[in-house]
Amino acid sequence: MGDWKTITVPVLSSDSKNIFQYTSEKKISPPSMNSQVLRLPLPSSKSMHSFFSAFCTEENIEQSISYLNRELTTLGFPSIYAESKGKELNLISIINCMNELLVLQHKNLRAQEEVEMQHLKLGSDMDHLQNCYAKLKEQLELSKREIVGLQERDRQLQSKNRNLHQLLKNEKDEVQKLQNIISSRATQYNHDMKRKEREYNKLKERLHQLVMNKKDKKIAMEVLNYVGRADGKRGAWRTDKTEARNEEEMYKVLLSDYEQRQKQLLVENAELKKVLQQMKKEIISLLPPQKQKPKERSEDGPVLSDLEEDIGELNKENMWELSCETVREQLTNSIRKQWRMLKNHVEKLDNQVSRVHSGALNEKDVISREDHELETEKLELEIQQCKEMIKTQQQLLQQQLMSPCDDDTTLLLQDCYLLEERERLQEEWRLFREQKKNFEKERRSFTEAAIRLGLERKAFEEDRGAWLKQQFLSMSTDYKHSENVTTPSAFLGSSDQDNRLAKSTSQQRKPHCMLSGPVSAEPCQTSQYITHNSSSAASKKPTGDSKSNQWVESDKEETE
Amino acid sequence: ASCVQYRLVVRDVNTLQILQLYTCLDQIQYIEWSSDSLFILCAMYKRGIVQVWSLEQPDWHCKIDEGSAGLVASCWSPDGRHILNTTEFHLRITVWSLCTKSVSYIKYPKACQQGIAFTKDGRYMAVAERRDCKDFISIFVCSDWQLLRHFDSETQDLFGIEWAPNGCVLAVWDTCLEYKILLYSLDGRLLSTYRAYEWSLGIKSIAWSPSSQFLAIGSYDEKVRILNHVTWKKITEFEHPATITNTKTIVYKEVEKSPSVETERLSFPPTRALASSLFSTQSKYDISQVPVSLQCIKPVADRANPKMGIGMLAFSSDNCFLATKNDNIPNAVWIWDIQKLKLFVVLEQLCAIQSFQWDPRQPRLAVCTGNSKVFLWSPAGCVSVQVPMEGDFQIVSLSWHSSGDSMVLLSKDNFCVCYLEREEV
Repeated sequence: MGDWKTITVPVLSSDSKNIFQYTSEKKISPPSMNSQVLRLPLPSSKSMHSFFSAFCTEENIEQSISYLNRELTTLGFPSIYAESKGKELNLISIINCMNELLVLQHKNLRAQEEVEMQHLKLGSDMDHLQNCYAKLKEQLELSKREIVGLQERDRQLQSKNRNLHQLLKNEKDEVQKLQNIISSRATQYNHDMKRKEREYNKLKERLHQLVMNKKDKKIAMEVLNYVGRADGKRGAWRTDKTEARNEEEMYKVLLSDYEQRQKQLLVENAELKKVLQQMKKEIISLLPPQKQKPKERSEDGPVLSDLEEDIGELNKENMWELSCETVREQLTNSIRKQWRMLKNHVEKLDNQVSRVHSGALNEKDVISREDHELETEKLELEIQQCKEMIKTQQQLLQQQLMSPCDDDTTLLLQDCYLLEERERLQEEWRLFREQKKNFEKERRSFTEAAIRLGLERKAFEEDRGAWLKQQFLSMSTDYKHSENVTTPSAFLGSSDQDNRLAKSTSQQRKPHCMLSGPVSAEPCQTSQYITHNSSSAASKKPTGDSKSNQWVESDKEETE
Repeated sequence: ASCVQYRLVVRDVNTLQILQLYTCLDQIQYIEWSSDSLFILCAMYKRGIVQVWSLEQPDWHCKIDEGSAGLVASCWSPDGRHILNTTEFHLRITVWSLCTKSVSYIKYPKACQQGIAFTKDGRYMAVAERRDCKDFISIFVCSDWQLLRHFDSETQDLFGIEWAPNGCVLAVWDTCLEYKILLYSLDGRLLSTYRAYEWSLGIKSIAWSPSSQFLAIGSYDEKVRILNHVTWKKITEFEHPATITNTKTIVYKEVEKSPSVETERLSFPPTRALASSLFSTQSKYDISQVPVSLQCIKPVADRANPKMGIGMLAFSSDNCFLATKNDNIPNAVWIWDIQKLKLFVVLEQLCAIQSFQWDPRQPRLAVCTGNSKVFLWSPAGCVSVQVPMEGDFQIVSLSWHSSGDSMVLLSKDNFCVCYLEREEV
């Protein structure tokens, strides 16, 4: 029933195509789905109507119903007829069937969509894979070509290499040949030379014989007198003894030379050994810092102890005096060992430094280096700051120095200063003059006061004298005999008192005058003087003259 | 002492006053003082006569006549009382004694440049001999001329022999066709041989250091090889390239500066002083900046004894410096520091170097180049000194006084003595 190609359909009107399509549509049952894409035009509502009208007309209702029933039952749906065999239709079952068919249709549509989706995906995958395949093929081609090219180059280079080798061989062969030629020629020349030399020797011999045979009288030596030997010895005969002595001397010379050389070598050797010992000590002194590191303690512990033992042994033996092989070997071996340890030590330090840069370790040396770096940075900062300060100060200094150099400003400044000073001086002068005037006034007033005082004193004294006379006269009438002595003393005493008072006042005045020395005199002081003087003048008239004199003196002192 | 034609003139060194004047029979070819400076021998090779004069007794005379044997070379023995004459064709060496009037003969001497060598202390004499196409060396005791040792040397064709200053080692080197140097001990044992390379031209010159520590060998390949006395192996090689690139070497270049002559002062005929100053050019030393390329000459390839290689070698007396001259670069003197085994200074002159000699007391080198200037170098610096002579004075060779205070400058016809002031300390 799934075969949609061959269908026997009852002969219908010209709408057979539509029916054809419709039936074909129906025949596609869900279980049997083809892989081929079916693009069937979904019948529109209009066509549906036409389908309906095409399939079931008024004439063949029963036929079509029975046909539908048959189809539905074959599909598994319940019959649309009622239970009885009559032609009554079961509406519920029809509706159910319809619903089922619709559901089926939906399902089929969804399935179709899914299939189409998958189809599209597969198509795109296929495209992608084909593209990849094409690209890979291209790459393969390219690499194959490259390989071929490289192989070609390799072959060329190899052939060049071979050529060069060949050339080299040729050259070497040539050189060898030339050397052989040279050597053969040299031997030939030597042979010839020897032959010629022999001839020459023969000639010489001949000549010698002739010369000796001739016994020329000319071959002689004329000396005026014998010359003494340089060292004063006489000529000696040549004997075996002398020969032996000569040999001895020769050997002595040789031996002395060898001894000297040996001494020099020994000295050198001793020095070198000393240097090696020093080096060893220094290396050992460098190695102990390793003990501080906990990691390497285990490694160095036993080795160092060995070393110390060695050192002890070697030092005890006084190595540099011995020179036997074993001792020498020991020394060199020990130095080599220590040198290697030092090298390892240095390498470890280097590793640690590199590790520190990545920030892994945190050991003493590393920290100290960090601190050191920090300190250096701080110091550098300080240095920079100081430098900046110095620069600013220099600039300021320069400004200060430079600004007065400006002509106008300097003149102005100078003028300002001068003006200031001038004003000050002028003020001072004014003050001074004022004070001078004041002092003049005071002086005049004082002199006037003094004159008044003098006058008053005179009057007073006259009065006093008159009063005393009266008293005296009165008293002398009363006490003629008893008080003659006391009055002159009282008079004297009063004059003494006056003198004393005058002195004291003068003394009092003098300090006042001293106080008035400074320039800034105050007028109140002068008034004080006046009041003081007037009071003193009122009390002490008789001393007015002396006072005035003293005042004049004090005035003089003032002016001085 | 100097000889002029057939006259011998003896002068005092400090004052150049003529002390003695002797007349010889023929033109003098060679003069030599005896070691105690009491006698002078004058050799006249053409006549085969040697005449000896005494300084103390001007009346004393001595004449040695070789007669038909002829005379090729003559020299004193170290004790100053024997004269060794080499006869013509190197037939024999006759030893004439001035004390005993006796004669000894040494047969078959070798006809080479340095066939006779005396030790420094004068005790032994080595003579190179050749018999039956083989080289031998005989060592004689100078006091009684007794043969001490006679041994054969492994050289093909001995070129020269030289004693070490300590008198214990004899260096024997082969002809320039073969680079081979043999070291024999005083008693004839072969201590070591040294061969730098084969086939190329070999040793040109050698020099012992004054302490006998080093033996410098200059060869035709422009290199100096230094052997040490302990192992007799090469310790270093000094190269003499034409360009100097090491910044640590100082290169002094002689530079001419023409004197400025004011044209108004020229008078006719020109005075002598003026003429000499016009024609003589002043020269001074300039320090050239490294790299410096020196003037190099290419020797003629097909001639014998080509002008290449290290032709002159000399150690300074304090053993610190070695002066060399590379014949390929004839205008330069190379001074090497032996303590550091490095090139120290190069003196570049305007003309080819004729000769140089170290001061016997100080590390001071005097160089002459054939013009009228003598050049002095010391580690403090170098100076060029003009010989104040009218006319030309081409210095050909020079020789220091043993005290190092003066030196003799020789030209073809004249000689002058140069006195060096000692610094007041």
